[in-house]
Amino acid sequence: MSAPATPDYDLEEEFATKRSPIQRIQMTLHRYPWLSSLIVLIVVIVIFGLVNERFLLPSTISLMIQQTVIVGTLAIAQTLIILTAGIDLSIGAIMIFGQMLMANLAVYTTASNVLPIAGQNPMIAIILGVLAATAAGAANGFLIVRFNLPPFIVTLGTWSVFMGLTLILYKARTIQGPEMPEVMKFMGESFPVGPFNFSFGVVTMFLLYLLFAWILKNTAWGTHVYAVGDDPVAAQLTGINTKRVLFSVYLVAGVVMGIAAWITIGRVGSASPNVDPMLNLQTITAVVIGGTSLFGGRGAVIGSLLGALIVNSVEMGLSLAGVDQAYRTTAIGLLVILAVGVDQWIRKVKA
Amino acid sequence: MSTPTNVEPIVKGRNLVKRFGSVTGLNHANFDLYPGEVLAVIGDNGAGKSTLIKCFAGAHLPDEGEMWVQGEQVEFKSTHEAREHGVETVFQTLAVAPALDISANLYLGRELRKPGIFGKVFRQLDKKRMRREAGEHLQDLGIMTVQNITQSVETLSGGQRQAVSVARAAAFGSQVIILDEPTAALGVRESAKVLTLIQDLRNRGISVILISHNMPQVFEVADRIHVQRLGHRAAVITPKTHSMNDAVAIMTGALQVPESEQTLGPVNVPV
Repeated sequence: MSAPATPDYDLEEEFATKRSPIQRIQMTLHRYPWLSSLIVLIVVIVIFGLVNERFLLPSTISLMIQQTVIVGTLAIAQTLIILTAGIDLSIGAIMIFGQMLMANLAVYTTASNVLPIAGQNPMIAIILGVLAATAAGAANGFLIVRFNLPPFIVTLGTWSVFMGLTLILYKARTIQGPEMPEVMKFMGESFPVGPFNFSFGVVTMFLLYLLFAWILKNTAWGTHVYAVGDDPVAAQLTGINTKRVLFSVYLVAGVVMGIAAWITIGRVGSASPNVDPMLNLQTITAVVIGGTSLFGGRGAVIGSLLGALIVNSVEMGLSLAGVDQAYRTTAIGLLVILAVGVDQWIRKVKA
Repeated sequence: MSTPTNVEPIVKGRNLVKRFGSVTGLNHANFDLYPGEVLAVIGDNGAGKSTLIKCFAGAHLPDEGEMWVQGEQVEFKSTHEAREHGVETVFQTLAVAPALDISANLYLGRELRKPGIFGKVFRQLDKKRMRREAGEHLQDLGIMTVQNITQSVETLSGGQRQAVSVARAAAFGSQVIILDEPTAALGVRESAKVLTLIQDLRNRGISVILISHNMPQVFEVADRIHVQRLGHRAAVITPKTHSMNDAVAIMTGALQVPESEQTLGPVNVPV
């Protein structure tokens, strides 16, 4: 691309370059990384809606959204971390760790009866559970920032550590729903909205998405998260305290995991240390399909919600169509690869 | 020209030493930058050019020696501290966040918040003001029009990115701008534009330190030329007193210039 050689050359002219339609699509997707996932979600809904009318029933849609709530909420934490070019494999383990602490403190169990607060006040139990998850997130951040260790390895380690601690501390015991006070299961309670049915967990998830979308877009911290993920050296040279930003991201992610713990108790109806061990990978899947780049600095939190919904819609649609579980898993895998491919293409955008 | 004869350097370094393990980057280096001049810093690879300017930029803390900026003795522990003293740096890597837009990059690390409760309590950024003022800064330097301000930096060409970085350095009332190899990655025409930009900065009274390998460019824009060799200042010459061949000879050690033939003082002062 060379501008005509005029003596009164001006950089200004170069900003107004002509682009082909494909380049323009690439530019638009580059600008709004979640746009491609929105398109995919709409296509998925239209196709499955045409194939099977039950797919578009309000009850099906309500169920689908409720099924998204655990992965959807955890995906917020994962998005923040992936935006900094990190990754968190311990995300599910920390959530379960917080969840089991909450449940054991809310109920008088053999694991918690040494503590005077056990079985006293469920609200305090919930707060302590969220704080425990926050501390666990902060521990990840500390190891990564202080010792300059790769997030993949640190969280691979803490994944096992927190799974092990959960089993050691809480004796691998599931605390059943009826044992727990109502507040513990509050996030699972639902109310009708027209023909739909939403749980408080779903509402909380949506509110968290709005909150973090706003923070990332409208605060200096949000800008710095992107800058650190984009180019940490450059961010540091512009005077950003990159270590503080990184640490704060892992800490905030811990808070979100703690809230997700409460939501999970409501959604599952009990507190079990054996909740899906693949939650970490499921959140990464949601984030990647949602258009956030694994290389950091690019993406939007809202895309991860769309990503989680896409995964669930495909699961639900294929299962309504009578497709076997093995094929569904394969389809999700292909979707992830496609998403990464699209991300690579979008990143190649040039002036 | 009514410049007083006793002009003090705006940036001064004495006996600066910086070691990296067993490697000595700076070996008792001196440095003087006078107000309103373009000082080129040249030298062979490993002569300590980058190390020298990184000390003034706040990216390196010298092991020994003293630095002054505007008469005040300073010790920069971060680029942020250097900025607070009016020293801005455009690093060779430009230090931009490619995915962020131009205005976000201009204000990176010193974002403006909204007035009142939204800014103080909710810490909301004043994006409108940042965009408007970023546009004004760029227009001031004659770089581009306002409607492009939300374009992400990675969609810009090399020269445009350089321009954004220079605008960022010049936008915040800085007195000294350090440019590290600003034209190294640019074509001939974009380089010419950046050189014009450098002269423009000087015309606004900003003192410029220009690190460059490109002799013709150095001799075109510099008022004085600081030749760095083996970690210290070998000589300071001007394009008028010495030729490019002399400069190369000093760089390689083939030519020694006695202090009486150097230009250690400001050039625009009548002697």
